[in-house]
Amino acid sequence: MAENSYDVAVIGSGPGGYVAAIRAAQLGLSVAIIERDQLGGVCLNWGCIPTKALLRSAEVFHLAQHLNAFGLAADNVRFDAAKIVKRSRDVATRLNGGVKHLLKKNKVTVIEGVAMLAGKGKIIVTANGKAQEVAAKNIILATGARARQMPGLETDGKLVWSYREAMVPAAIPKSLLVVGSGAIGIEFASFYRTMGAEVTVVEVLDRVLPVEDAEISALARKVFEKQGMKIHTAASVTGLMRGADSVAAKIDLGGGKTETLNVARVIMAVGIVGNVENLGLEAAGVKIDKNHVAVNEWCETGVPGIYAIGDLAGPPWLAHKASHEGVIVAERIAGVKGLYPLQKQNIPGCTYCMPQVASVGLTEAAAKAAGHEVRVGRFPFAGNGKAIALGDTEGLVKTVFDSKTGELLGAHMIGAEVTELIQGYCVAKSLETTEAELMHTIFPHPTLSEMMHESVLDAYGRVIHF
Amino acid sequence: MPITITMPALSPTMEEGAVKKWLVKEGDKIVAGQIIAEIETDKATMEYEAADDGSIGKLLVPEGDTPVKVNAPIAIMLEEGEDAGALSGYAPVSVIAHPAPAHAPAAPAMSKPMPSAALKASHQPTPRMPEVATKGRVFASPLARRLAMQGGVELGQISGSGPHGRIIQRDVDAAIASGITGVKKAPPPAAISEIPAGEYETIPHTAMRKTIARRLTESKSTIPHFYLTIECDLDALLSLRRELNDVAPKAQDGAPEYKLSVNDFIIRASALSLHKVPEANASWTDTAMLHHKHADVGVAVAIDGGLITPIIWRAETKGMAQISNEMRDLAARARLRKLMPEEYQGGTFSISNLGMMGIKEFSAVINPPHSMILAVGVGEQRPVVVKGALAIATRMSCTLSCDHRVVDGALGARFFEVFKAYIENPLSMLV
Repeated sequence: MAENSYDVAVIGSGPGGYVAAIRAAQLGLSVAIIERDQLGGVCLNWGCIPTKALLRSAEVFHLAQHLNAFGLAADNVRFDAAKIVKRSRDVATRLNGGVKHLLKKNKVTVIEGVAMLAGKGKIIVTANGKAQEVAAKNIILATGARARQMPGLETDGKLVWSYREAMVPAAIPKSLLVVGSGAIGIEFASFYRTMGAEVTVVEVLDRVLPVEDAEISALARKVFEKQGMKIHTAASVTGLMRGADSVAAKIDLGGGKTETLNVARVIMAVGIVGNVENLGLEAAGVKIDKNHVAVNEWCETGVPGIYAIGDLAGPPWLAHKASHEGVIVAERIAGVKGLYPLQKQNIPGCTYCMPQVASVGLTEAAAKAAGHEVRVGRFPFAGNGKAIALGDTEGLVKTVFDSKTGELLGAHMIGAEVTELIQGYCVAKSLETTEAELMHTIFPHPTLSEMMHESVLDAYGRVIHF
Repeated sequence: MPITITMPALSPTMEEGAVKKWLVKEGDKIVAGQIIAEIETDKATMEYEAADDGSIGKLLVPEGDTPVKVNAPIAIMLEEGEDAGALSGYAPVSVIAHPAPAHAPAAPAMSKPMPSAALKASHQPTPRMPEVATKGRVFASPLARRLAMQGGVELGQISGSGPHGRIIQRDVDAAIASGITGVKKAPPPAAISEIPAGEYETIPHTAMRKTIARRLTESKSTIPHFYLTIECDLDALLSLRRELNDVAPKAQDGAPEYKLSVNDFIIRASALSLHKVPEANASWTDTAMLHHKHADVGVAVAIDGGLITPIIWRAETKGMAQISNEMRDLAARARLRKLMPEEYQGGTFSISNLGMMGIKEFSAVINPPHSMILAVGVGEQRPVVVKGALAIATRMSCTLSCDHRVVDGALGARFFEVFKAYIENPLSMLV
């Protein structure tokens, strides 16, 4: 075998690509991974992880401002934006090193450079003006995605930010407009609001966090507004007039009403587009559908030996979806028996705003639209002892069951730590439990997780503590 | 410590059996290899040997027709030196013992031989590990269980696609959608309610009747059957048969060493035709076509309460006398219900001959995993037209049922053409 020849070559080392590479290596395949920027991709360097570090700072700051409620006192609680950003960058750097170590440990060859498909089983990798050829029997495309640009509302890195600039602010702007209220938009809105910025959110759909259950969206909006956020739904930003150190945003509020809002900075968070360009996809015959590579349920592109996973292969744009697809593809290439495709209804989604939002499965409306007769359970944080002790009484756990079969169709949560709690329902869904097993499960007291139990009980008229 | 004796799995398809007869009673001393019971399975009655020395502590099921699930306890055996006092507090354990077949089945689609050694392996060797008992259960998700219950589907009939073969939601959904899995709460046949009670006698199903019902229903509802009929001239075959039987050597006791029947010729002609048209000697599976290397010809034998299809293995390699003698032995033992599972499970083709009952012609139901079955009618003198004039000839009608997934019309016709040539020129079968 030639020196530069592998069973599997992975293009892109985000949470899809590096997990696929490690899994393929575990299965005894020779693997190369090609990265043009930083190991770990956006998730680890510019997405999931560094934002969690920022939000942790915001959370601690928030607690520090409310010490009184816990019987504590401190004077002159301040923050240093530069240090908050530095901590976030340090966290990313540490994890980047971790990925490097994991790839090495699993004997995955890391090739730095820009990859391009060059005929069957061939990739040209260019770095510093030099090109080398890599041969691979199987190619996994995992190049991820980037922020979507809107005509007239393009990011400029100074006044109009994408997630990238929003993550490394020199200072907390006095006022901020966030365009888009998906997970990314809301997390930044929450961070900056907590840090003291005047935050306005504009969402084109009729509610914030539009993929979540309507009841959760409504509760989230209520809490955000209580925190002082301004929210316009069913509204759109029609123009941005960029000044020297501020932006005048024209907002169409619907119903013929418009408003001009002056803010220091704008964050654009209106979705993402797959990194499909300059990969040689067209020449290779890989089909592109609306900024994403078209794949079947096995992440196959239709061109033998070429797979696409993660954000590049379409929504939901979640790291854990990418990783799971990476594992499935690696195992399929290695001929592992008994595989089945990723089940989208079992992919959880988490938003790390304050309060947190987490969900898995169908919303109540989607369940009804799919023809299910449903039983819905609800349990509020205000009824949970641990939540009261924590001082986090704002929140709700909602469960949706098929009333005939008892199938857990969906679970939707808002409140403290729900992003850590949702996995309980994910396991339940994955094991195909019904309400009966969830009712029989003994949840520890006193925990927030008791609300998950109570919500199930409530769906069947058996709730104890509310 | 007492040992639980469980209902053995005497064949891969056996789900339950009945203790036809206990050959021991409580308190009897037994030695390894001693036959302790006769077990009635779906197709045969088989003897059950003790695997260890000891004594019978307790018989848990009565003699008769009571069906007992495979691996459910049927008796408790005491080890040497133990007395009946050891029974108190001992709960019999179900086990699942899957004795690996001593040799691999001929093809994945057909589970054939079952070593008799399996009988000995079928009680739990280490009763001290009660966790073994849990292995007998069907692994299914809670949701799958509920859906199966609501859909009236037996989980045992569904194969699982989840981790480690666990039955999950989509397996049950697929089973219900396919509509072919054993529906548990099927309503009683409409005719019954129209007949006043007392006007009929209720005969419980035997294991064999249930197997026939299940297999043939599965065949007719999943295999796209079509039928081809031909007439074969039998005169040459009948006269050759007479000649051969007349010259059969006599054994020491004065009996002829063979006595060929018309059916023996049909078996040989079928086997040779399958060999000559190998595409027709095939089985359908979901993933691939299996082309069999040998012609394993099953012959339906009517027995008390049903029928059974013993198989002449590799019939294309066997001569007339050998086929004839094997068939005679198989049929005799089939009627006594003494066939071993490997003698009737599998095969690649089958023959059903109702000629001796005067049936002119009929069509038979394919016996999976076969893809063809030959229905043979009576050989009789019929008016025929020869060179424009009426004449008399001995003719036999044969109808071939074909699985269209495997055998298309033209292929079935080609097989039949070869078959007819053998029957009408029977000397060619002997070379």
